[in-house]
Amino acid sequence: MGTRALEYDYTVSKWFLITTIILGIVGLLIGVIIALEMAYPELNNLFGEYGTFGRLKVLHTNTIIYGFVLSGVFSSWYYIAQHVLKVSLHESPFLQIMAKVHYFTYLLVIVLALISLLLGISTSKEYSEFEWPIDIFVVIFWLSWGIGISGLIGIRREKSLYISIWYFMATFLVVTALYLFNNMSIPTYFITGTGAWYHSVSVYAGSNDAMIQWWFGNNMVEFILTIPIIAMIYYFLPKEAGQAVYSYKLSLLSFWTLIFVYFLAGGHNLIYSTVPDWVQTVGSLFSIVLILPSWGNAINMLLTMKGEWQQLQTNQLIKFMVMASTFYMFSTLEGSIQAIKSVNALAHFTDWIPGHVHNGALGWDGFMIIAAAFHMAPRIFKREIYSKKLMNIQFWTQTVGIVLYFSSMWIAGITQGMMWRATDQYGNLAHSFIDTVIMIHPYFVIRSIGGVLYLVGFLFFTYNFYKTITLGRRLEYYELKNTSPMATI
Amino acid sequence: MFNWLEKHPLFLGIVIFLFVSFAWIVTILPNFAEMARPTVGTKPYTVLELAGRGVYIKDSCNACHSQMIRPFKSETDRYGIYSLSGEYAYDRPSLWGSKRTGPDLLRVGNYRTTDWHENHMLNPTSVVTGSIMPKYPHMFKNLADIDTAWAEAETVRKVFSVPYNEPLIQKDGTYQSVKLASTIEEAKADALAEAKLVASDMKTKSVIDAIERGEIPEIVALIAYMNSLK
Repeated sequence: MGTRALEYDYTVSKWFLITTIILGIVGLLIGVIIALEMAYPELNNLFGEYGTFGRLKVLHTNTIIYGFVLSGVFSSWYYIAQHVLKVSLHESPFLQIMAKVHYFTYLLVIVLALISLLLGISTSKEYSEFEWPIDIFVVIFWLSWGIGISGLIGIRREKSLYISIWYFMATFLVVTALYLFNNMSIPTYFITGTGAWYHSVSVYAGSNDAMIQWWFGNNMVEFILTIPIIAMIYYFLPKEAGQAVYSYKLSLLSFWTLIFVYFLAGGHNLIYSTVPDWVQTVGSLFSIVLILPSWGNAINMLLTMKGEWQQLQTNQLIKFMVMASTFYMFSTLEGSIQAIKSVNALAHFTDWIPGHVHNGALGWDGFMIIAAAFHMAPRIFKREIYSKKLMNIQFWTQTVGIVLYFSSMWIAGITQGMMWRATDQYGNLAHSFIDTVIMIHPYFVIRSIGGVLYLVGFLFFTYNFYKTITLGRRLEYYELKNTSPMATI
Repeated sequence: MFNWLEKHPLFLGIVIFLFVSFAWIVTILPNFAEMARPTVGTKPYTVLELAGRGVYIKDSCNACHSQMIRPFKSETDRYGIYSLSGEYAYDRPSLWGSKRTGPDLLRVGNYRTTDWHENHMLNPTSVVTGSIMPKYPHMFKNLADIDTAWAEAETVRKVFSVPYNEPLIQKDGTYQSVKLASTIEEAKADALAEAKLVASDMKTKSVIDAIERGEIPEIVALIAYMNSLK
């Protein structure tokens, strides 16, 4: 009994994996539409009030962050946790049910969110637009995930928790606090008995509200778009490459520094606003410090490949993960630069900021989730990846897409920032606002092309994934045991 | 210590929590009360303005327009005097925005008129050549949600003691108060009276007809809100 391998239960992991891909397509497609709307504004009015940039922008951010990325994270959790804790969900019917509750309440939230945001029902808090009835379901799915985490950890056989588990735990704990505090609001209907029943008003006002919003916004980026993704790469990269993580001490250092410093860096979103000066300075300062743990993790990942770099030529999956770490390094460096006060004065409010965000979201999150899907698919469906050649084509299409995206937004942002502040020889403003908008039109077009390329690459991925689970060669048990089914080309 | 934590998940969780709590307690709490204090001359929104603010949120105007003027000459020249914390005291939630695809709107009431907004919202390029802003014809048809706006005003008055119906000192030393009716019927009548004033500067026939019938289209509420931003 003791020597028999565990039979893992991948049911929920599989559901989340498929959800990731569907929501990825939806989110990217909306992204491409709104990118085109900025270049060609007449597209805004194709679907009446439901097609304008404002409505679709919120839909885009929410579908990508809470749809695509979060289901990728959940899928990986249900996969990784069983492996590194050496338990199977089969061992606990209760945890199996909780996992299903988690999935279906999550799905409900996504559907409700899509509908309500399209109708314009929004709190307007950035990255936290859901009104209170949806928030309640968010709390349910989040807590059922939490119960799943504690349950699996509770029945684990492997007593030492692997690095990935620390990161997943941090994600759960911190997002719980962030979400609850940021969404504190009073439903107006219950106080007055009048008006829309779903409407609520924030308990924080003005500068305090902005501070809470960005305290949430900043750390949500960290604890949904970075921390769990690090958890994924710490498992998938060593596993795929057959190498141990380069340095345990570096991962310890990075983990604790990251969670400590990130919260102090939140003020960098509010530089030169009306929050206290010292908060802005603390934010700016700790954003520079943030390079240490971010690069610590990224370098730890890259050095895991030490002596095994030839795998880049033979294993497409390694390529995705190495590129993801590289983009992580790029975007964290870029973020720290943007947090310097004088740079922020130029960059804030410009397209350089969305450029920075997409650098991380497309390069780091997107590539890591795609890599995770390619790693898990052969093991969940017991089939070989359908086409490695297509993976290679996808990789380059998407990489070119990202490069076009961030380089065009970089130029657009700095151009516009410089034009806003330019003065003539008498000290008067040199440009009207609209001059600066017309100037950056070509970069909006280039950005749309970048977005289209990334979406096309994602469609290649979807096709490849579909073919894998339906037509891929069936894998024998021993093939899955040690080496990766990817290793042969 | 870390080795030990790795084997004791409960304590690991607690230590993670302490690590992150530290930062937000030291950065958010110290100035909380001070930042919530209104500046002299800042008034709560009327019901019609709040309804307009609702339209602003519904169509995510804050995705492209900021309401935050930074203390640089290039910004104060373009948009007016820089923002003060207390000016936002009645903004729930705040609408600072993080991106300027279009210009800042914090003091748009100082330099744009009802007529300009009307033309602009119908067809932005008719007043700003090269504008990439969408057209908003639906705001001329949809009706503003006065019920919810009143519910919101009444809620903040009850729960957060927002000073409606109280004399508030203005910059010139006089006192003014913002009326909030105690019943929804009365509030609707007040909003309509205010809407009539705004609509008297408008020319779109369907809007004027709607006001005649006692209905308030979204655009009227939105313009009332825009005009209040000073």
